[in-house]
Amino acid sequence: MVDYFEHDLTSLHAGLNNKDFSAEELVKETFTNIEKKDSKIEAFLALDEKKAIAKAQELDQKGIPTDSLLAGIPIGIKDNIVTKDLRTTAASKILGNFSPIYNATVMDKLNQADMITVGKMNMDEFAMGGSTETSAFKITKNAWNQTKVPGGSSGGSAAAVASGQIIAALGSDTGGSIRQPAAYNGIVGVKPTYGRVSRYGLIAFASSLDQIGPLTRTVKDNALVLNAISGYDKHDFTSSRQQVPDFTQGLDGNVKGMKIALPKEYFGEGVSEDVKAAIKKAVTTFESLGATVEEVSLPHSKYGVPVYYIIASSEASSNLQRFDGIRYGYRAQDVKNLEDVYVRSRSEGFGDEVKRRIMLGTFSLSAGTYDAFFKKAAQVRTLICQDFANVFADYDLIIGPTAPTTAFGIGEDIDDPVTMYMNDILTIPVNLAGLPGMSLPAGFSNGLPIGLQLIAPQFAESTLYKAGYAFEQATDFHKAVPTIGGKD
Amino acid sequence: MAINAQEVKHVAGLAKLEFTDKQLDMFTGQMDEIIKMVQQLSEVDTTGVPVTTHVTDAVNVMREDVAAKGMDRDLLMKNVPESQDGYIKVPAIIDESEEG
Repeated sequence: MVDYFEHDLTSLHAGLNNKDFSAEELVKETFTNIEKKDSKIEAFLALDEKKAIAKAQELDQKGIPTDSLLAGIPIGIKDNIVTKDLRTTAASKILGNFSPIYNATVMDKLNQADMITVGKMNMDEFAMGGSTETSAFKITKNAWNQTKVPGGSSGGSAAAVASGQIIAALGSDTGGSIRQPAAYNGIVGVKPTYGRVSRYGLIAFASSLDQIGPLTRTVKDNALVLNAISGYDKHDFTSSRQQVPDFTQGLDGNVKGMKIALPKEYFGEGVSEDVKAAIKKAVTTFESLGATVEEVSLPHSKYGVPVYYIIASSEASSNLQRFDGIRYGYRAQDVKNLEDVYVRSRSEGFGDEVKRRIMLGTFSLSAGTYDAFFKKAAQVRTLICQDFANVFADYDLIIGPTAPTTAFGIGEDIDDPVTMYMNDILTIPVNLAGLPGMSLPAGFSNGLPIGLQLIAPQFAESTLYKAGYAFEQATDFHKAVPTIGGKD
Repeated sequence: MAINAQEVKHVAGLAKLEFTDKQLDMFTGQMDEIIKMVQQLSEVDTTGVPVTTHVTDAVNVMREDVAAKGMDRDLLMKNVPESQDGYIKVPAIIDESEEG
């Protein structure tokens, strides 16, 4: 039995290459393991067992080339990434029976790398939420404590990787939706630079903020997956033509002379003492490795949450107009006229959080409020971008906590939107400025993981991976394994 | 109050959503709190600050005006809730009661 807790992508590749196990065995064992563990975690919305096994058999027959580092290795995909002929719902009733007729570009890229999709991961409905509780279908549990949320919106992706059901997953991050669940589950999550990864086939939430990225247990695994999915795509005109480096280059543990900035605002009100202590310890680790860490200021940080909720909701209200019950998705029954199809399909198909965001967005964009809300938010967004630019003029990297606290209890905050929104205060500014950000394990408090956030200038993911790898090698946090849903 | 039930109802209409009275109550209360939270932006001086609506340096991408084959029609119809003779079927656009 292949135990993912004893492997990384490199050792799995070696195992397949040396024929210690076949791709078919690996895939079948993955499904056996999912069957056993996912009754406790509930991370998967759909499994693709038949096709996954067929693909593994095909790969075994053809042989896995030594340079195909990801070939034959299973991966989970967040359910807002469209997968041809595999049900894709964005965890919404309105797409409950949606069967995509094409693949997202990231899926084509993973297929080219011969990775094997095992299933679709639960999430907050349309990626709107920070706990995976707004899913229309199921409540995913934190891998470390099943009474806690896994974070969100990529909660299924994070919990499945952290509980050892899969070695890697794709998520999406609009305001922290990869990094925060990675922090809550003690794994590595990267939101790449806006434009690094094609958004073609990612069900749009906020188009100026959304970005797909990998969730893994180690920094190097994360770099390997980002290598596979990055690059310009003619189907996404916001994807970048920037050269994609090999993100595993520079993973040498050496951060001597790296200039790291520590924003004082990231230790403000709302950030709990255990989180502050873990991040301060991380600062000491970086200093002991030869990096310099200095306090800086990002004065407009505190406006990140209001700016984000106006901009993201405005873009969402526009993007979600397409769900009208006509061409695909849920259509209300017993309707009298066309207007009824729109109104009833949307009112019955969307959950409350999605409705709140559509309402806030519509309000922010309407005549009479546009200047005071949308335009104002777009101006303050400029100031937030400038704050980062000022710091990056002198520093290579920014560090801080990923989330203000460890994972909160299931059901605790779900009826209090403003409290829920404030949880995103440390991750949101990164999306607003289009920067790359990473969360990686940096400690535990009461048995729950704490995430360290690294932020780099646009297209400097290599700096994140270099610093993240050095920190990982100098610490043992990534070696901890949850007991429930983990080793038994 | 930053927003009242009447205004929430108006916005819902623009967004093609409808609420029961109980939902309207809940959404009005929550929208009021959310709008108060986002209104803290009014304290920021943004005189002369340009807007940021995207964070990419991308420019318009042009292509040759050459016809290319689109997606297969049958495939496109695969997720249509109701269809007839290859067309998408919808209820009458004009309500019977509005006639005359």
